[in-house]
Amino acid sequence: MNAAGRRWIVRLGPLLGLAGVVAFFAVLIGSPERYLSATNLRVILAQTVIVALGAIGMTVIMVSGGIDLSVGSSIALTGVVAAVALRGGSPPAAALALGIAAGGAVGAVNGLAITGLRIVPFIATLGMLGIARGAAKYLANQQTVNVPATWINELAVTVPARRWLLVAPGVWITAILAAAMSLVLTRTVFGRHVFALGSNEAAARACGIATGRLKIWIYAMAGLFFGLAGVLQMSRLRQGDPTVAAGAELDVIAAVVIGGGSLSGGEGSIGGAMIGALIMAVLRNGCQQMGWSSYVEEIIIGAIIVLAVAADRYRISRSAEPA
Amino acid sequence: MALLELSGIEKRFGATAALSGVTLTIQPGEIRALVGENGAGKSTLVAILSGAFAPDAGRMRLAGEPYAPRDAADARRSGVACIHQELCLCPHLSVAENILLGIEPASGGWISRRRALARAAALLSEFGRGEIDPGRRVGSLALPDRQIVEICRALACDARLLLMDEPTSTLQRSNVDRLFRLMRQLRERGIAILYISHFLEEVREIAGTYTILRDGQSVDSGELASVGDGGLIAGMVGRQLQSTLARGTAPAAPGEPLLEVRDLASPPRLRSVSFELHRGEILGIAGLIGSGRTDLLRALFGLSPATGRLRWRGEDLPAAGLESSRQIRRGLGYLSEDRKAEGLALGLSIADNVTLSRFSTCARRGWIHLREQRKQTEDVLGLLRVRTPGVRSRVLRLSGGNQQKVALGRLLHQDPDLLLLDEPARGIDVGSKNDIYREIGRMAERGKAILMVSSYLPELLSLCHRIAVMSRGRLSPARPASEWTQDSILQAAIGS
Repeated sequence: MNAAGRRWIVRLGPLLGLAGVVAFFAVLIGSPERYLSATNLRVILAQTVIVALGAIGMTVIMVSGGIDLSVGSSIALTGVVAAVALRGGSPPAAALALGIAAGGAVGAVNGLAITGLRIVPFIATLGMLGIARGAAKYLANQQTVNVPATWINELAVTVPARRWLLVAPGVWITAILAAAMSLVLTRTVFGRHVFALGSNEAAARACGIATGRLKIWIYAMAGLFFGLAGVLQMSRLRQGDPTVAAGAELDVIAAVVIGGGSLSGGEGSIGGAMIGALIMAVLRNGCQQMGWSSYVEEIIIGAIIVLAVAADRYRISRSAEPA
Repeated sequence: MALLELSGIEKRFGATAALSGVTLTIQPGEIRALVGENGAGKSTLVAILSGAFAPDAGRMRLAGEPYAPRDAADARRSGVACIHQELCLCPHLSVAENILLGIEPASGGWISRRRALARAAALLSEFGRGEIDPGRRVGSLALPDRQIVEICRALACDARLLLMDEPTSTLQRSNVDRLFRLMRQLRERGIAILYISHFLEEVREIAGTYTILRDGQSVDSGELASVGDGGLIAGMVGRQLQSTLARGTAPAAPGEPLLEVRDLASPPRLRSVSFELHRGEILGIAGLIGSGRTDLLRALFGLSPATGRLRWRGEDLPAAGLESSRQIRRGLGYLSEDRKAEGLALGLSIADNVTLSRFSTCARRGWIHLREQRKQTEDVLGLLRVRTPGVRSRVLRLSGGNQQKVALGRLLHQDPDLLLLDEPARGIDVGSKNDIYREIGRMAERGKAILMVSSYLPELLSLCHRIAVMSRGRLSPARPASEWTQDSILQAAIGS
């Protein structure tokens, strides 16, 4: 097979995986029409949104060779920020903007710590994992923050109030943002510089790319996506919960990795990460439909992550041409 | 008017003076060789010229204008481009993206792919390499093609001055020729090149003028045609070296056979290799990079799967299923050509690196005896004349030449019967080379056998007793070094 053909197989890998998982559960559950019903698909998509939004930001970070462990805490903090704003009487749009901006601020601080203090991303964002979680609890006074009913609560519902939307507005927002960011990563100077940074930082610097400033932008921009994910999380729960999304960063990283992203940078795509997020949501949903305990689900998802990366390595080693 | 004029350039890092008075001029269309031992300040000078940091004192003028680049981007805009020792490309990006990295044709931040591909294709075809697809991933290109990409990148920003730091150290001869053709093309176009290399033959071939750096100072410069190698080396080391590159002679009494190899193969590169190696003998392996030379050493050390038969100290060994940990115990030692990735644990101390293969000599019940480790390390370092701040300092901080000595020092400490050496003296300064040659010779005198791969023919011809040439995975019969010449080796290697 020629190189282009092999590349297509590499690209289609995650999609084939998704189709496999869907087919597996459709057969196992025994009633494909119920499993593949519009209602169940809506449930799956609504469940995917938060991980998917996080995965958009995380893809940019991981392509640049970085990592962000503070995603779960950021989601909690930004959800609480938006909830506190709503409770205080802010208009919903302002609360939404505030939540997103809080995410961007957390990301910018991560970027500044990484470039200014020269801390590796793993450690800098591990610190932020604690700081943001603590800040969320402080802001929420260690309680959940109840919010008045606004249109924000409609963003992440399973069945949208306006039926012609078919799926929740949050799903559309995520899809549009994913498409936009995919273009940004592949077609803009910024996007290619992100790839260059993750592929060979020394080369990027030698070509005059301001790598420090670029990193701050990357983490801040990813933070905006985590902020939006936080607001949608709050919208789903209809309250700001400072303890929510603990460990969500691992789901988000797993989505990116299943979609072909590499922890060593230079590789990854938004489309792949979206499929990765869907694979995990389908697995969760399938396990629940089967009535399996959550521990089964955890074991399966853990195994899938390892297998997906192993399959990826195998494909790459098969398709690699001699250097 | 001179393109680049430097005078009195100084640079200090803390207490050490990296540069203490460099004066240098280059005219447009001139190729000037910058030579000097490792640590003489060549890399610092390149870093200053390419904008990595500013000099503490001195004057820099580019085409008559004061030149003070703030960073790499600024230097590039001024027309000064650097081609690095280790290729500096992004393997995940396409050829076009690498060539135009940092200067992408774009409007409002959106890259024009069509213009980028066209620009890259135009640059590639200027060098007669239009067949390289600008959309291809750089990671899938062969090494010499990557170098073309790197040069095209330098030219994409209309470079007037190219800084080339050891561009040939990883190239085989045919690609060196190709590179030199490129450099001559560049010279015709009025581009000036500052060319750094340890290979004096190559320097003579490509450069017209030279500047010698020693201990951070420019001590001599002039026309290469009017100076001999001895004069250049004397200028670099500051003393007249006795030429260690005399012709090799057979060992006084060839010892008993240590290793016999029959039909060793390790696909895809190593096809069929047979030879014998005696105690006290240095067998040189010449050949092009990729001809299977490295694969031979790796197969013998159990790092690559292989087939065939070995006879080691009279004991038959199938070549399949060898393991490096057992080969070490049998008395084989391996020095990789890739010092940074395989030869050394860069983050560990000198002492840990030297004793790594045989901790047992300085450990009791699993506990490392620090005083003993220090003593043994200092003994080895003394043999190789390594200058260090102390055996507990990290290998990372040593110069390239001293790192290579530490890597070889690990083998000396291991004290194997057979040393498998892959490019033991590549890319290091003349003084360090001589120290390494001397120690290899001494090991042979002590009855060790040495199998040594090298691309540097004068080194093979002078150091080895016998030489065999690898060509496309097959090894020629080994003949005494005195029966070979550089030409005949090259011919055997090319297989003509």
